[in-house]
Amino acid sequence: MTERTTAARPRDPQDEGSAAGSATLDTVTDTDPGRGGTGRGATPGRGERVFRGLTSGSGLLVVAAIAAIGLFLLVQAVPSLLANNANFLTSPVFDTRDAANLNFGIRDLLVVTLLSSLFALVLAMPIALGIALFLTQYAPKRVARPFAYVIDLLAAVPSIIYGLWGIAVLAPALLPLATWLSTNLGWFFLFAPGNLPVLTGTIFTGGVVLAVMILPIITAVTREVFSQAPRFHIEAAQALGATRWEVIRMAVLPYGRSGYIAGSMLGLGRALGETIAVLIVIRAATTPSGFSLFDGGYTFASLIASAASEFSQPLPTGAYIAAGLVLFVLTFVVNAIARVVAGGKVNG
Amino acid sequence: MAKRLDLKAVDIFYGDFHAVQDVNLSVSPRSVTSFIGPSGCGKSTVLRTLNRMHEEIPGARVDGEVLLDGEDIYARNADAVAVRRTIGMVFQRPNPFPTMSIRDNVVAGLKLQGVRDKKKLDEVAEASLRGANLWKEVKDRLDKPGGGLSGGQQQRLCIARAIAVQPDVLLMDEPCSALDPISTLAIEDLIGDLKKEYTIVIVTHNMQQAARVSDQTAFFNLEATGKPGKLVEIDDTEKIFSNPREQATEDYISGRFG
Repeated sequence: MTERTTAARPRDPQDEGSAAGSATLDTVTDTDPGRGGTGRGATPGRGERVFRGLTSGSGLLVVAAIAAIGLFLLVQAVPSLLANNANFLTSPVFDTRDAANLNFGIRDLLVVTLLSSLFALVLAMPIALGIALFLTQYAPKRVARPFAYVIDLLAAVPSIIYGLWGIAVLAPALLPLATWLSTNLGWFFLFAPGNLPVLTGTIFTGGVVLAVMILPIITAVTREVFSQAPRFHIEAAQALGATRWEVIRMAVLPYGRSGYIAGSMLGLGRALGETIAVLIVIRAATTPSGFSLFDGGYTFASLIASAASEFSQPLPTGAYIAAGLVLFVLTFVVNAIARVVAGGKVNG
Repeated sequence: MAKRLDLKAVDIFYGDFHAVQDVNLSVSPRSVTSFIGPSGCGKSTVLRTLNRMHEEIPGARVDGEVLLDGEDIYARNADAVAVRRTIGMVFQRPNPFPTMSIRDNVVAGLKLQGVRDKKKLDEVAEASLRGANLWKEVKDRLDKPGGGLSGGQQQRLCIARAIAVQPDVLLMDEPCSALDPISTLAIEDLIGDLKKEYTIVIVTHNMQQAARVSDQTAFFNLEATGKPGKLVEIDDTEKIFSNPREQATEDYISGRFG
């Protein structure tokens, strides 16, 4: 994603010996006399073999772990899926109280999960972009450093705290806005009054909490990419008489766009899987979801967490594992999309 | 169009560091002036003060006057961005915008100035690419990204981009140091053509290049590391390379330096 290229470090224009400087930079990657004899073709020494084994072993371990998790989910889920009396994909009900008569579907889980996460993304992306641009392009260094540190601290706050803050502080604070939106824009499905009598513990509130939670990761990735925008492209724009914003548009954004999107997808992945804050903030719904932000409901993660204390019989447990499998696949899809979008074009 | 440059008692600082001391020189319109000197002597720094690019480094400042046809570009009401729109610059490393097409690269400066008329932009793109001796090589792929060209072509693309706005002065910071000899020759020929219309100042480490392309040569030097760089002498190129006034200049150009 964000490759650190030390060889492409911007040169210090103070350095008059930049010709000599760039010459050394160019040759750094070319020849490494110490490496000459032990290339791929030559017989590797013992240390070489051990090291290669260790590195490829760690690589394989990760792949094996992911495959094992997927397999576990699949094996545990299949019996329950076979015993399911409702349509797994389209039913809004998730009823596992009677192990002999399972009725569960993921429709509402999928809707609530996607709606809350995408809403969070829509809120967080522009703010993260603004912060990253401020920190890398506008703020003086002595301000940028502590400021970036504070943003990173947001990531260190435990999610249970976000949940408590969300329901106790944020939800009442958002109530006037929520009421206004549902009264005046209620004709639009996203702002329909929803199935909650009071507009507090909703997807809307949950989305705002999630936005704050994913802000640090998106900001961190975006900031890192923007700070590596090549000095010589920035200078090209400056020398043409570009203003600060024009420099950003010509030299920084084209370079950092894919990193920004990749960072956002990381944030989305985090929002999709967030459990405890969502469980606390978003209240259970009473009717099937109408795709409104003012609905309540469960996400995949919050539903599984809420039921975890009752995992005693294999078949009902399997139903939740099936839901977990869908979440697992969903995060894979998000990652795949991020990869396609970022597609190695970070360096233009 | 081609304007005259005068530097009067210019001192350049980076924070507390006095980088260049007391530079006085003049550059006539439609001529080429080259800056030569050892590494660290301040010649690129001086070049960067001519379009206020050095200000991008925190703590940098300039004392004295830099007059463009008599107007101080460091005057209180002068705007650095506006100054850079009338003074073009070509860098050591070719730096076309990688995501822009060849055509968009050339007219990037014009677009910044608010020109939107497509016909006008196309005309300027062609004229500038012709002016940079690049038209024939790229006319069939104007919509392809500029990054796909060879290093020498990229540098000529950057020159086309710089002259597209018809600058008063064209600054070149070691424009050939990243290029092979054939591309270097192409650029040097181009400089010879461009001086009919533009005032050109070029920094070079290559003394033969200074002798080949410039009418006037300025030799910069510094007494010791940590001391400010100084303009040792400036004179007709022929004079500097055959019979310089200062011993230091003679030592440097004859290779007896340091």
